[in-house]
Amino acid sequence: MEFMKDIITGIFFFIGSMSIIIGACGLIKLPDVFSRIHAAGMIDTGGTAFFLLGMIVQSGWSLITVKLILIGVFIFFTSPVTSHVTANLARQKKIIPIGKKIGKLL
Amino acid sequence: MKSFFLFVILLSLWLLMSGHYSFLIISLGVISCVFCVYLANRANLIDDEGLPLFFLPRLINYLLWLFKEIFNSNIGTAKAIITGNINPEIFIVKSSQNTDVAKVTYANSITLTPGTVTTQINEDKFEVHALNSDFGNDVRSNVMDKKVKWLEGDI
Repeated sequence: MEFMKDIITGIFFFIGSMSIIIGACGLIKLPDVFSRIHAAGMIDTGGTAFFLLGMIVQSGWSLITVKLILIGVFIFFTSPVTSHVTANLARQKKIIPIGKKIGKLL
Repeated sequence: MKSFFLFVILLSLWLLMSGHYSFLIISLGVISCVFCVYLANRANLIDDEGLPLFFLPRLINYLLWLFKEIFNSNIGTAKAIITGNINPEIFIVKSSQNTDVAKVTYANSITLTPGTVTTQINEDKFEVHALNSDFGNDVRSNVMDKKVKWLEGDI
């Protein structure tokens, strides 16, 4: 049973670290601010979610599980706010995003 | 009614976070929760915006759908980064929600799914930046807009 738990945790940690590595590569590789925010968003959602899932599997049914879920909830609410603030500031500083512009922008 | 809900939420958070269940600790928790509810009442924070209870009946269903979307678009973003299929585009979508809370939920849901970010909001127009046209078409198809409209209920 303990062995199964470790295997499942290992799989979750592997997926989480893969998404963090790909996100970090994206942060370097992508061309401008707005595209880089997408890579950062991937680290925020995919990376943390799978790491928290792995830790929840390890802790089983206890108060620690509740606290881990609460960490997830707070990240879930704060990460889009920081992404939006970064993008909004870049727009207000008149940084022109590269790529297609469809229709009349705000 | 709403004050009572806020009190229940705060007290359950206290009980889950502390982990000590002696009489002294619990009575201290009850006192501080009552004080917090009193302060929130005084600051007029307890309204539909501070405590959107009308989301509750359909919230679980919406969150499950949102997690599925986040998972799918994580895979999509990873693929786009690895293969280099990046054609950023920026466009306007309209939101059909009535309340401000629902609009914020919609904008946050767009931002939370990797590959799309809400950059500016003006009344009911959202300016959205997408990593390539697949993500852009996902937002433009208005599936998420209808989901949030459904989550909001008939207000």
